[in-house]
Amino acid sequence: MVAPFYISFLLMVIAPLVYAFRESLYQTRIIGGKTFVALENFVRAFEDPLFLEAIRRVIGFILIQVPLTIGFALLFALLFDGARILGGRYARLSMFVPNAIPVVVGALMWGYLYGSDFGLIAQVASALGLPDPQLLAPGSIFGSIINIAFWAALGYNMILLYAALQSIPSELYEAAEVDGASRIRIAWHVKIPLIRPTIMLATLLALIIGFQLFNEPQLLQPLAVGAISSNYTPNLYIYNVAFSQQALGYAGALSFVLGFVIVVVSYVAQTVAARRAR
Amino acid sequence: MTTRRSRPRFGMRWIRQDRSQVDPPSRPDRLVTVMLWVCAAYFLLPILWLALAATKDTDDLFSTFGLWFGERFSLWENLTTLFTYEDGLFGRWLLNSAFYSGTAAVAAALFATMAGYAFAKYRFPGDRLLFAVALGAIMIPATALVLPQYLLFSNYQLTNTPLAVILPAVASPIGLFIMRVYAADAVAIELIEAARVDRASEFRIFWQIAFPILRPGFVTVLLFSLVASWNNYFLPLLMIRSADLYPVTVGLAQLNAQSAGGGGAAIQFPMVITGSLVSIIPLVVAFIYLQRYWQSGLTTGSVKV
Repeated sequence: MVAPFYISFLLMVIAPLVYAFRESLYQTRIIGGKTFVALENFVRAFEDPLFLEAIRRVIGFILIQVPLTIGFALLFALLFDGARILGGRYARLSMFVPNAIPVVVGALMWGYLYGSDFGLIAQVASALGLPDPQLLAPGSIFGSIINIAFWAALGYNMILLYAALQSIPSELYEAAEVDGASRIRIAWHVKIPLIRPTIMLATLLALIIGFQLFNEPQLLQPLAVGAISSNYTPNLYIYNVAFSQQALGYAGALSFVLGFVIVVVSYVAQTVAARRAR
Repeated sequence: MTTRRSRPRFGMRWIRQDRSQVDPPSRPDRLVTVMLWVCAAYFLLPILWLALAATKDTDDLFSTFGLWFGERFSLWENLTTLFTYEDGLFGRWLLNSAFYSGTAAVAAALFATMAGYAFAKYRFPGDRLLFAVALGAIMIPATALVLPQYLLFSNYQLTNTPLAVILPAVASPIGLFIMRVYAADAVAIELIEAARVDRASEFRIFWQIAFPILRPGFVTVLLFSLVASWNNYFLPLLMIRSADLYPVTVGLAQLNAQSAGGGGAAIQFPMVITGSLVSIIPLVVAFIYLQRYWQSGLTTGSVKV
C-alpha cells in the first residue's frame, strides 16, 4: 500500500539529490570535458560574490516581506474573527482569490499595472498631475516585487490564521469578556498567544518560500529592462549558471548550498521560536 | 478527549458553527467593514483590470483608462487572435497544462491516499522511519529539487517530454501527511475489523470500505496537486524546450518576453493579457466551487501542529 508512494518518492526526491550531488563533484568545460574536482564547486559557491550578493538581497527581501505579510494576515484574521463584518465571507474570499492565480499571471498583471505604457498606476498618477512613479526602474523594482509577493501570499496566511482563531473554544475568552476586557485586549492577551504555533508555522513557510524567490523577478525581467540582474536572487542565479553558462555541475552545487542554507535557517528559526515559547 | 476533538478535524467541520451567534456583537462594525472592504478591493483590482484589458485592442490598451472599457469592445477579436496564433498553439498549451496537471494530480492523490491510510491503520516494520523520511522531505525547498531532477532526467534523455513535468509532481509528501491525519480520524478501526471477519482482502477493504470514506481527503489532495502543477513555472521552464510542449504558464511568459522584447511585437500585448485571463478562469471557477476542500487542505495539520 505504501509502495507506489515510496517508489515515486525514491525516484523523484532521493535519486535526483544523490545524482546531482555526484554531478556537482565534477566540472564540465567546453574544452577538456568533465573533470573530477571533489568539493571545489562547493568551496567556490561560498566564495562566489555574485551568489553571496543574491543571498544578501533575498534576505533583505525576506526581512521586509515576511513580517509585512504575516502582520497584515494576522490583523485581518483577528478583525474577521472578532468584529462583525458585513459580507465578511466575501471579503475573505476576495483576499484569498490571488492564491488561485498562477504566479506567472500574477507577476505579468502587476508588471503591466506598473509599466509606463498602459499601466494603471502611471495613468492614475498623471491624472492627478503627479510624475510617473517608474515602478519598474532599478530604484523601485525591489519594492514592486515585494508588493506582488505580498498580494499573492496574504490570503493564504490570513485563512490559515483565521481557521486557527475559529478553533479556539470561546469559553477561553468568555470570562475575560464578562470582566469587561476590551476586544483589543482579548486579541492581544488571549487569542494571539493561543494561536502562536500557527503564527510560527506561517512565518516559517513564508521564510522558506521567500528564499526561493524566482518567478516574479524572472518574469519582470523583460518588462523592467536593466533593473533585474542575472543574479538578482539565488534561484535566478542558479538558473542562469545552469542554462546561460552551461555550468551544470556548479549549478548543482549552488542548488545544494541554497537548500542547505534554507534548511539551516528554518531549523534555527524553529529552535529560537521553541525556546522563546518556553 | 472531548467530543469536539474526536471528530475528524477536517473540512471546516472543526470550526464551531455556532460562533457567529455567540461571539461577535450583533451590530456590524461599520468602520472595520469599510476598512476591510477597501483592503479587499486591492486584492481584486488587478483581476478587474485584467478582465477589462482583455476587451481592448492595442490602441485602446495604450490610450484608454485602465479601469473602464475602451472605445471598441475587442474581446472576441482578441480571443480569435489568441486561439488562431500559430495554428492554435495557445489551445495546445491549455491542453498540455490540463493533461500534465490532471495526470500528476490523480497519481499524487491516489498514492498519498493509499500510503496515508496504510500509515494510519497498519503497523509494519520500519513504518515510523519511512514516515519520518517523508515528513523530513516536506522541509526540502521545492526549487532546490528542480535542478537535481533536471540533471537526472537529462541523463536519461527524458527532458523535453511530458514525463519530465508529470513525474516530479507525483511524489507529494505533504499530501501523504494530510491523508494520514485524515485517515486516522475518518476510518473507524471497527469497520476494518468487521470486514476482516467477513474475510475481505486488505486491498478490497481499502477500495470498497476505506476509499469512499476517504474521498473528501482524496479530493483535497487532488485539487491541491492539480493547482500546484497547473501553476508551476520553474519546473516546466527548465524541463521543456519545444514550444508545442509548453504548459500555459511557460507559454504566456514566452509570449510576454517576445512582446516586451521587440518593439514591433507590442501588438501581442492584448494576446498575452487575454491569454492570462483565459488561463485563470478554470482555476478561479474550481476555487469558488471547491472552496471547502481548498481551505481545509490549507489548514489541515497546521491547526494541529
